[in-house]
Amino acid sequence: MAAAAGEAAGGGGGSPSSARRRLRIISGHLRGAPRAPGRGALSPSPCKAQGGSAGPASGSIPKKRQELLKWNGWGYNDSKFIFNKKGQAEFTGKRYRLGGMILPTFKEWIEKTFGASLEHKTTSRASLNVNDVPPSFVNEEFLQDLIATKISYSQDAEDRVFRAHGHCLHEIFVLREGMFKRIPDIVVWPVCHEDVVKIVELACKHNLCIIPFGGGTSVSSALECPEEEKRTIISLDTSQMNRILWIDEKNLTACVEAGIVGQDLEKQLAESGFCTGHEPDSMEFSSLGGWVATRASGMKKNIYGNIEDLVIHIKMVTPRGIVEKNCQVPRMSTGPDIHHFIMGSEGTLGVVTEVTIKIRPVPEYQKYGSVVFPNFERGVACLREVAKQRCAPASIRLVDNAQFQFGHALKPQVASIFTSFLDGLKKFYITKFKGFDPNILCVATLLFEGDREKVLQHEKQVYDIATKFGGLAAGEDNGQRGYMLTFVIAYLRDLGLDYYVIGESFETSVPWDRVLDLCRNVKERIVRECKEKGVQFAPLSTCRVTQTYDAGACVYFYFAFNYRGISDPIHVYEQIERAAREEILANGGSLSHHHGGKLRKRWMKESISDVGLGMLRSVKEYVDPNNIFGNKNLL
Amino acid sequence: MATAAAAPGRARRGAPMYSKELTSKKRDEFEDILEERRLSSDLRYAMKCYTPVIYKGLSPCKPNAIKSAVLQSEQVQYVIKQLAKEMGESPDIIQEEATEILDEMGHRMQLGAVRFFAFTLSKIFKQLFQRVCVNEEGMQRLQHAIQEHPVVLLPSHRSYVDFLMLSYLLYTYDLALPVIAAGIDFLGMKIVGELLRRAGAFFMRRSFGGNRLYWAVFAEYVKTMLRSGYAPIEFFLEGTRSRTAKTLTPKFGLLSIVMEPFFKREVFDTYLVPISISYERILEESLYAYELLGVPKPKESTSGLLKARRILSDNFGTIHIYVGQPVSLRTLASGRISRCPYNLVPRHLPQKPSEDIQEFVSDVAYKMELLQIENMVLSPWVLVAALLLQNLPAMEFELLLEKTLWLKGLTRTFGGFIEWPDNLCAKKAVLSGLTLHSNIAQLVDGHVVLNDKGVEDGATGEIVFKRALAILMCATYRNQLLNVFVRPSLVALALQMTPSFRKEEVYSCFSFLRDVFSDEFIFFPGISLKDFEEGCFLLTKCDAIQTSQQEIYPTDKGSVTVSFLSAMFRPFVEGYQLIFRYLSKETKEAFTEKQFIPGVRNFVFQLLEKGVTQCYEALSSDMQKNALAALVQLGAVKKKKMSNGFTYNVNQEAVSKILDMFDARIPVQKPVAARL
Repeated sequence: MAAAAGEAAGGGGGSPSSARRRLRIISGHLRGAPRAPGRGALSPSPCKAQGGSAGPASGSIPKKRQELLKWNGWGYNDSKFIFNKKGQAEFTGKRYRLGGMILPTFKEWIEKTFGASLEHKTTSRASLNVNDVPPSFVNEEFLQDLIATKISYSQDAEDRVFRAHGHCLHEIFVLREGMFKRIPDIVVWPVCHEDVVKIVELACKHNLCIIPFGGGTSVSSALECPEEEKRTIISLDTSQMNRILWIDEKNLTACVEAGIVGQDLEKQLAESGFCTGHEPDSMEFSSLGGWVATRASGMKKNIYGNIEDLVIHIKMVTPRGIVEKNCQVPRMSTGPDIHHFIMGSEGTLGVVTEVTIKIRPVPEYQKYGSVVFPNFERGVACLREVAKQRCAPASIRLVDNAQFQFGHALKPQVASIFTSFLDGLKKFYITKFKGFDPNILCVATLLFEGDREKVLQHEKQVYDIATKFGGLAAGEDNGQRGYMLTFVIAYLRDLGLDYYVIGESFETSVPWDRVLDLCRNVKERIVRECKEKGVQFAPLSTCRVTQTYDAGACVYFYFAFNYRGISDPIHVYEQIERAAREEILANGGSLSHHHGGKLRKRWMKESISDVGLGMLRSVKEYVDPNNIFGNKNLL
Repeated sequence: MATAAAAPGRARRGAPMYSKELTSKKRDEFEDILEERRLSSDLRYAMKCYTPVIYKGLSPCKPNAIKSAVLQSEQVQYVIKQLAKEMGESPDIIQEEATEILDEMGHRMQLGAVRFFAFTLSKIFKQLFQRVCVNEEGMQRLQHAIQEHPVVLLPSHRSYVDFLMLSYLLYTYDLALPVIAAGIDFLGMKIVGELLRRAGAFFMRRSFGGNRLYWAVFAEYVKTMLRSGYAPIEFFLEGTRSRTAKTLTPKFGLLSIVMEPFFKREVFDTYLVPISISYERILEESLYAYELLGVPKPKESTSGLLKARRILSDNFGTIHIYVGQPVSLRTLASGRISRCPYNLVPRHLPQKPSEDIQEFVSDVAYKMELLQIENMVLSPWVLVAALLLQNLPAMEFELLLEKTLWLKGLTRTFGGFIEWPDNLCAKKAVLSGLTLHSNIAQLVDGHVVLNDKGVEDGATGEIVFKRALAILMCATYRNQLLNVFVRPSLVALALQMTPSFRKEEVYSCFSFLRDVFSDEFIFFPGISLKDFEEGCFLLTKCDAIQTSQQEIYPTDKGSVTVSFLSAMFRPFVEGYQLIFRYLSKETKEAFTEKQFIPGVRNFVFQLLEKGVTQCYEALSSDMQKNALAALVQLGAVKKKKMSNGFTYNVNQEAVSKILDMFDARIPVQKPVAARL
């Protein structure tokens, strides 16, 4: 579960694109995998003893993940960047808008930015070598007990390996070239809350270790099995718990099983005219339970809120029993909110099985937009003003110059001379007429959502503010492409890996007055560390302000470099990332905005004080004294 | 470094690298920049196309824009509002006050003024100096540094020429001209003050600790210029010109201001550039000697400056400017500074630096001064002065030559940077020194004699004064060696003062001397043991001592060196003894500095007149102040701040005890010795 919401690469909020396109994607999936919408999606029926063989899953993600998803990279098997025979970049498949398109300037960009060359290629091994996989040790008595529950399980090597990791760079590297030292011994697929209760009871009885698994999109090593764990490790895959149990239109809430992935949730709600509006970048693959367990954040949080604002009720199975509230109310004041022990607990306390979440009517109208600023400083000042006036659209992001150029390199070939002429004219207007330096300017991308009238009004308000900060409206297209970048970035990393380029993203939240200093210093630190560590070519070190709040902002960094000539690139990469994190902390940024996991453990004490850490520990000790949920995240 | 970590107290990161850890110190070559000036037109040089190298992130702005940015800054506005609330005044009035402060303080750099200086200084420098030598590699390093991060120039301060010369140099090399923190007293000089202002000087009051508005405006002014990379910021760590040519202990105020933007991460890094400016003959040498003896310093005035122009006919030899390696503040701070204090409070609020930070600032200050010292160029004359002072009233010329060569070798062993061309014979070197410094010493009948005559048959008082003047002037040159020699010499002194050869006793005596002289010489704080080891190492290197597991003893042929070294520092030992004696017996229990200096001066003067002592250097107000400061640090004197300045209270018993340690050579008990 811990895994699910960690967005693989993009994250600060949102996803490639809007719900509208998202729906198109999703309906594409439907066409691709023609299945009836499964059981009556809205049936409030509890888990009626479907037993171990729950039949075909109604969700988008099958039990055999590898049939649909890449085993050694991000996303769908049929969707990836390639260089075609002419040496041009191209995105394959039909799932995404970019599918089948040629990206004429991308090759040049990758060569110029990383000093990479198409001649120098690394290749992943073609398939998993089953002989390397650590054997499965499962106690016979437990197995008998498990079989008696009729819950579906597997000890297959592939099933176990594909639940031993998330999408951190080092994990993908291991898949391509090595093998994990420790992986789950058995995978179980509960189909309802009661199944989970049984599994947890059995684990307690036999003293085994459970690691919940949702969408597997973690980017913080949250799914890594502790090497020293001697007990049998059970990977509890929630993917088959994916029904909407009921929708309450009067209170605008829906009760949903925690294993549902984002795209299914939105698709099924949309059938009734609703949405949650929660769109982390990973929403195609990450699960509701994962969002809760990791305190996820969504792109459109300005309208819908982050997960902590969306959740009304949580049911979690722990070794101590079931924890939940006795009502479904907007707020209560009886001591600290127990939801806050659960949200962000990252699978260390139990398994979230059912969540009641706020829903909204699907918005009538959506519009992208973008604004060009002469420099990053002005852009940040504008975002700050927008936040101050509390008129942020569903999403507002400011990308720096490097990321703007990155986005530009992903511009598909234009069909007509007229469009390219228009593009040229626009460029001329901005750079020559307005005097913006193309190597300094930066772009804010916008997404408005709501009633048509209100959207247009809102749009005007935001553009008026932007004008005060020297911003120029730069069209819907640029905006849309900006959002596309965040969602293809994870696919792009796989391409980079083939050409000696490794990269990762990380995020932080920071008070407004420190945003500029933090962005500049962290980027510079990365460049400097790369140089010191012997990286031959200057790295890509870029950031965007990706969410705005009253008191600060969420900043997202991309960082990638060409590792040719370096013997241990992962180690070098990790050192640099650690230095960047130190730099963030020294600049008054937080350890994380929405990615926690094992990766940040070393700074926890500094981050929340000894006593704070003790508080978390004591909760863990009470709830799970035998460390059944032993993934060792956070503490 | 490993042993130092075990030193008393705690390990100090960023401690200086001593010769023990260095295989060889390689220094850059010098170029004479006046040579070209003598060959081509000064006017054309002053009017040359000046397009300096500047900081990469700089958005150019006018001096007035900086001032208004400072006035409107959150930092200054915050203090204005606070003061308005506390004093019940309208913020406008205080804002007005702040504007006045800024107008008094701010520079108005103008290219015109710079060109004027470029022209006149060319003329003047050519007249005064034979050569102005610069390490060009240092200039190149500086050029890179200026583009990369904000730069702080930290030159040594021996003369008013320092900052003129430095700006002149940067102009010559087409680098961004620095803004310079200057004392407000310059503004007393008509025209000149304004001219300096236009050449980039900004003016700070001598003391403004209590004035919050002034402090806020000043600090913000400096930081604004630093953050924006507007220009390199130049100031003197020593705070004032050293009258003794011996590096003064650093002041921390300005340094902590320029370091703050990095602590708050408003800049990625800041480069600190130590610069050593060495004069073969110091322009103000006789003024300084008078001043040290209590004849007041003439107030800065334009007419005074015009009168001083007769010095133009004099020759002041060569200036060496060594621009040191830029030191990255980020590198120095790495792993040392806990970042919490600055994360939890808005950055514009005035915040007293934590103890960690204060300690760090102090360490950096000492480190920079040690780097300055390391690259100070020593002329042969410095060696002559040191020898002459040990052989007063006169020294045979041939012996002097022989000894000078010997001392040259010793100085190099200790890491001193002597400018002595390979083909120059000792005789020529010494003679040229004597020519340049004929006001101090002369060659008479094959003997080198101190120039202390003149009033042969005056009153004894006058003779003492005249002699003191000559000795202090001569000492100014010997002093240039002291910080290079201090570690081995204090070991040598300790060896002589300790009845046994036991290492731990020698160390505890060394440690005592180091504490007593902590204001006199530059010691990196908290590394007493490391200093001791360095001293022992250097003495071993020149075969002066041998060490065993437990003992240190002079070698047979090393006794000459050991006694020379201890004699070199003898004036300080004797001087401090005199001053301590005065404090333990002759003074009232409470006094001000204004009472103390004349009191101790009279006391010493009388002893000199009576011939009871020969320690003329104890007349130096510099030594007197340092000795008092040392007692304050050792806790034997209490310093209290009163409305009219500081008052001192002597614990006479404690002072006597310290005096006993000098006199009776009582070994000092220190638990650290076990570590040796």
